[in-house]
Amino acid sequence: MGFSLLYLCRKTALRRRRGTASFGVPALLFLLLPTAWLAAQTAENDKPVPILSGSVGAFSFVSGGQNLIDTQINPVLLVPLGDRWLVESRAEFEGQFQRPPDGGFYGGPVTKHVDYAQVDYIASSHLTITAGRFLTPFGIFNERLYPVWIRALQPDPLILPINTAPSDGAMLRGGFQINSKANMNYAAYVSTTSIGIGSVDSERHVGGRMGFFFPGPRLEVGGSWQKTLQDDRKNAFGFHLGWQPTKAPLNLRSEYAHSFEGSGYWIEGAYRLSQAHFWQKAMRRTEVVARAQQFFVGGIGADAEGALGLPGASTREADFGVNYFLRDGLKAVASYGRQFSTAGNFNQWTYGIAYRFLIPLGRVGAQ
Amino acid sequence: MKKRKNHGMAMAVAVLLSTLALGSSLLAGAPSGKKEATSAAAVVHFTDADSMRVQGEQRFRANCGRCHAAPQKFPPRMMATVIRHMRVRATITEQDMRLVLFYMTQ
Repeated sequence: MGFSLLYLCRKTALRRRRGTASFGVPALLFLLLPTAWLAAQTAENDKPVPILSGSVGAFSFVSGGQNLIDTQINPVLLVPLGDRWLVESRAEFEGQFQRPPDGGFYGGPVTKHVDYAQVDYIASSHLTITAGRFLTPFGIFNERLYPVWIRALQPDPLILPINTAPSDGAMLRGGFQINSKANMNYAAYVSTTSIGIGSVDSERHVGGRMGFFFPGPRLEVGGSWQKTLQDDRKNAFGFHLGWQPTKAPLNLRSEYAHSFEGSGYWIEGAYRLSQAHFWQKAMRRTEVVARAQQFFVGGIGADAEGALGLPGASTREADFGVNYFLRDGLKAVASYGRQFSTAGNFNQWTYGIAYRFLIPLGRVGAQ
Repeated sequence: MKKRKNHGMAMAVAVLLSTLALGSSLLAGAPSGKKEATSAAAVVHFTDADSMRVQGEQRFRANCGRCHAAPQKFPPRMMATVIRHMRVRATITEQDMRLVLFYMTQ
């Protein structure tokens, strides 16, 4: 792409010289034709092509001795239009199967929903305008770490349901380089999500997120905020942190969220064993993970908490896991966790496999 | 005499531009790994390419590596779409996007 730009500049300069170099024009045209052809070829080769991407996962969650088989496919459709537009959508098809208490075959519901279906307009280097249904930028897990091939531990953080339901509306987002030592990113949105079919009710909210990334220590800190625009106009806020020290293959992340529905935090460290001096071939593909988290119930009652996907009682949980990267986009996962709450303590075992796929929906040419 | 001088100047300009054009054609057609480019201009361009690749890797680690490891390299047209998607998702600036795209496709 950089070379295309160079060729473009060069061609412009040549046009300016056309008047003085009349003798060489035919020869030049002959000689320049391959250049122009190659430049056009490069531009054509760089032209984005629609893509079907996404992830597939199959997991077994054994919680308190009860097995749940979870299979899911999350296709992501990306359709670039021109130089500045992108239409993107992600759906989730998930089957959760359990053996009935009286025995028999596994069975259960298969759910499907659209996580986002949005149109992005890249207005400038620092601003993108988004409209449609989009992932609510509250914290970092929902937007960045949710896909099964990315997340380090498959069980969701306890606080994930807090203010992360998809938003329907418009959003402005982008990033700036403040100076050589700090970058800033932001997102601001307004949403009017309709509630139920055949109803005129809606939930309206505004919110935003701001983060600062320091490339030197590779540290990101930021905060999120959301205000509901009806009823008692509740506020929610959160903080996030991410740190990848330069001297160790460690990825440390943390989030805190507070809302009327509840509050809590999680902190997670993922360490790639690439620096181990034994079994290096296997160790560099292996990642060990640990996560600690806590949730504090809010003021909406246990049933409402459950309906939102939150625990019905204040809960603590610790998880430990191992991920083995079999090849690009394919990993085997296993983890053990223990949950402590007034509703009861139990173990949670997880094992499974996650895969990310990427399929072009057009001609891509040679790599 | 004056006419001949103009003619000579036009020839010189034509030769100079032709050299540039041929050089750039060769550079565009050559795989990035080949270092046997002959002209000084080509050497400068290769240095730029190396620098861009290093910077692209740094920007990849800073922007993308915070969430996931580097994927395998895909054809440029696929990477262009992926990078546009990630530009929106990860709020990457246009300059970072171009450098990461260069790194991921070279």
